[in-house]
Parts: sequence; C-alpha cells; structure tokens
Amino acid sequence: MEAKLNADKTDWSPFPYLDDQDVISVQRGPEPGGLPGAYRAFGETLRGLKTTFGRIIEGPVTIQYPEEKTPVYPRFRGRHKLHRFEDTGLEKCVGCSLCAAACPADCIRVVAEENDPENRVSAGERFAEVYEINLSRCIFCGYCEVACPFDAITMGHDYEMSDYNRSDLIFTKEMLLAEPIDRTPLRSEGE
Amino acid sequence: MLLGEVDFVESTGVMVVKSVLIFIGVFLIVPVLTVVERKLIGRFQARYGPNRVGPGGVMQPLADVGKLLGKQVFRPENAIAFLYAIAPGLVILSGILTLAIIPFGNVEDGVGLYGIDVSIGVLYFFAFSSFAFYGLLLAGWASGSKYSFLGAMRSAAQLISYEVSMGLALLGVVMMAGSLSMTSIVEAQGSIWYVVPQFVGFLIFMISGFAETNRSPFDLPEADAELVQGFQTEYGGMRFGSFLLAEYLEMFVVSGIAVTFFLGGWMGPGPPWLDPVWVVVKILSLIFVFIWVRATLPRVRYDQLMSLGWKVMLPLATLNVLVTAILVTVL
Ligand code: SF4
Ligand code: SF4
Repeated sequence: MEAKLNADKTDWSPFPYLDDQDVISVQRGPEPGGLPGAYRAFGETLRGLKTTFGRIIEGPVTIQYPEEKTPVYPRFRGRHKLHRFEDTGLEKCVGCSLCAAACPADCIRVVAEENDPENRVSAGERFAEVYEINLSRCIFCGYCEVACPFDAITMGHDYEMSDYNRSDLIFTKEMLLAEPIDRTPLRSEGE
Repeated sequence: MLLGEVDFVESTGVMVVKSVLIFIGVFLIVPVLTVVERKLIGRFQARYGPNRVGPGGVMQPLADVGKLLGKQVFRPENAIAFLYAIAPGLVILSGILTLAIIPFGNVEDGVGLYGIDVSIGVLYFFAFSSFAFYGLLLAGWASGSKYSFLGAMRSAAQLISYEVSMGLALLGVVMMAGSLSMTSIVEAQGSIWYVVPQFVGFLIFMISGFAETNRSPFDLPEADAELVQGFQTEYGGMRFGSFLLAEYLEMFVVSGIAVTFFLGGWMGPGPPWLDPVWVVVKILSLIFVFIWVRATLPRVRYDQLMSLGWKVMLPLATLNVLVTAILVTVL
C-alpha cells in the first residue's frame, strides 16, 4: 500500500494517517491486562503516589476561615459604606433618594430633612434624616453606588453579615457611617 | 497436636501481664491512628484535616467516640438480632487474635515480647484473619438490607481472590526461613531482610493486605459511594465504631505481619530494649503507606479486582514461590 503520510502535506496534523483511507485507526494506550497494561498501571500508580506526596511537601492551602478571612478583590461588592468629607466631617449624602430610585431590590429608604445652617449635618441643602438599607433584600448589584451624584455611598468589602434576626439586617445610617469592626483583607495586586 | 506447638512458654502471671500490656498499647495506638490518618489524608489533599478539638486536633478521637456513644442503639426491624449483635465483635476478635502472634522483640530476661509464639505462625495468622470475613458476612446478611448484603457478597468474593495470593506470597519467606514460627522467621533475617530477595512477595502481600483490610483501593465491601458503607450500612453508634476500630486494628496487624516477614521484625541498630520501638516504627511507616495509597488511588471496579487477583497476582505469586523453591533447593 502506498503509504503517504498526511503529515507531509499539512504540518499541523499530529496524527499520521494514510491519505487514501477513509477509516483510520485511533491510537490508544495499552488495553488493560497483559504486560503493557500492567506496566502502565504500575507506572501510573507510582506517578499518582508522587503527586499526592507532593501535596504534603507543598503544605496545605486552606484558609482557616473564622480566624483568617478570605481576601477579596478590590472591586468586590460587599456591605455598603456611607462617607463623610474628610476635612469638615460633614456627611456626603444629601438625601436626594437617587440611590433608592436606582435600587432594583427596592431596599433603600431615605427620608430627607432640611439642613439647619447653624448646625449642618451634610454639605448640601438637605440631609438624610433616615437612611436605611435592608441588607436581607439587597442583591449587592452596586447600582446605588453608581446612581449617587456625590459618591456618598460605596460598596465596601465586608461579607460577614449573617444575623439571627431579619430586623437586625436593616442597617441604619449610623451603622453605615461607622467603620466596619473587622476589616476584610484585600487581595494583592495581580492575584 | 491440634493447636500446634508453642515454642516458649512463661508462667501464667507473666503471660497475663504481657497480654494486657500489648493489648493496651495497641488499643492506645489505634485511636491515634484514626486522627493521624485523617490529618495525613488532609495533607495529601493540601488541607489541614481535623484541627479544632484540642491542640492541633489531637483530641478528635475522643470527640468521635463521644459522638458514637451518644447515638441511639438501633437495629433494623428485619435484622437477625443475635447475629447482628455479634458480627462487630467477631471482626474485632479476629484482629485481637492475630495481634497475639506479632513479635515485638525477642526473648529477653525470660520474657518473650510477643503474645504467643506458635510454631504454625503463618497458618494461625490466616486462620484468624479470615475470621474477620465471617464477621463482615454475618453483618451484611444479618442486617436484612440489600446494600449490606451486596457489601458482604463483595467481601466474600474479595476474600477468595486474595487469600490465595497472600498465602503464596508468604510461602516464599517461609521456604527461605525454613520455619513457620514468627520468631524464627525474624531471626533468619539477621543477614538480609526478606524484602530484598522476596520483593515480589512483599508487593503481593501488601496489595493483598489492602484487600484484606478492606482499604482503598480495594474497599469494595464498604464502598461509601455506591453501597453507603456496604456491610456497615445498618450499623450505628458504637457498633459502627467497632467496625472502624477493627479496620485500624487489622491494618496494624497486617503491617505487623509484613514487618515480621519482610522488614526484619525487631532487627535494627541499638540496644535490645529498642527492639519493640523498631517494630512499632516499622509498622507505623507501613501504615503511612496504607494511608498514602488511600489518598492516591481510586476504588477499583469489581471485575478489575477479580481480574487483578486471579490473572495477575495469583500467577505472579505462584511463579515467585516456584522460583524461590528452586533457588532454595539449588543454593
Ligand atoms: S447594591 Fe443594589 S440592591 Fe443593594 S442597595 Fe444598592 S442598589 Fe439596592
Ligand atoms: S446616598 Fe447618594 S444617591 Fe443616596 S440619597 Fe444620599 S446622596 Fe442621594
């Protein structure tokens, strides 16, 4: 039979097969059983043993969760934070309710109030008298952050928000303004 | 004589004391083994394993036993009460009886550091280690559950495919040592451990040992994925714990036999009082291999197990025995 290897014509094909054959035989490893099979099984067993032993030498990769926290990415959308101006200490939120309007889960409640010029709470004309986010309904989409014209609300990095009571999951303005008790570690650059 | 001759006998008092010592010693090692196994398997899978109970998780066995003791004692309605109850006992009994012949040292100051030194050591081992399978069969049959029954059938099939090659693997050593007694076999390894001339026998014995102890990759009788623990399915609480205990005990015994036959028993550098330490160290390193293999290999299929037993191990073991016989006669 004129054996003309396909590999001569197209250099990309790794499988040499005959040009004039419609049916080609597939190359397989040795069938189980017999000397080649036993040799292969033995060799692969040793390779497997080496692989698992390598894990012992490399050591565990577990993150011991309650003690160590899983680091999150910088753009991770965790629990919200409300912000103040760093110089004056006034709240950035002016109670415009745009975040509440943008929220697809309808979980933000804002009640605005006029600012007292003597004793300002926020930098604008009005401030948020009540600002509540019901975290049991929030889907952490981040639309509120995008909607806010003053960058008053941003998504933080906290993800430990379980509680025993649904009502405890309604976060008030004071809770959102306060720094989280535990800071969540951030992943390092390029990780 | 029906029971075979016993080479060396002490007074009854000494016998009792040393039996109790060996018994307690091994039963202290077994719970440690469970936690060591879980921690090691964790390391093999790049995780920690149990580390919450006590410093570094060392109290885990206590917590496990406490949990098992707290379980309701339960028996399925169509189980055969008596057989169901004695099956775990039989399995443990088999482990304890075979433990008796593992030598931890030579005769020192008139006391042999072993349970008993029978002149038919190998036969004794086979007689009583196969005993465990009666326990498994009874457990599977008496539970009145189809998963248990399947597990029991598998263990029976496994037994007949492996006992023969296991026996033949040890036969090579017996022929080289010219004795069936455990102590004489160890003493015959003064110049070279039998693992070197009998390497094939050692491999076959260890592979059969995996089957004998129902451990991965031959844990078909208790395949937790498809048979939900096989013959143990209907067992709970401390009865389940007994099976677990028996498994580790058997692992210890099989490693002990392998150490005695192939790894020079108590032979090792150092003064004679180090002998038992050497035995335990060797046994523990073999148990490490058991755990290592468990962490590595997947469970084989039923037909693969059969064909490995009958088509590979048995001819290989027979060949090994033939070659050894010829060499022993010629040399
Ligand atoms: S993250 Fe989305 S769902 Fe949650 S409060 Fe903001 S807008 Fe609403
Ligand atoms: S957080 Fe931003 S969008 Fe929401 S009420 Fe305050 S200022 Fe308006």
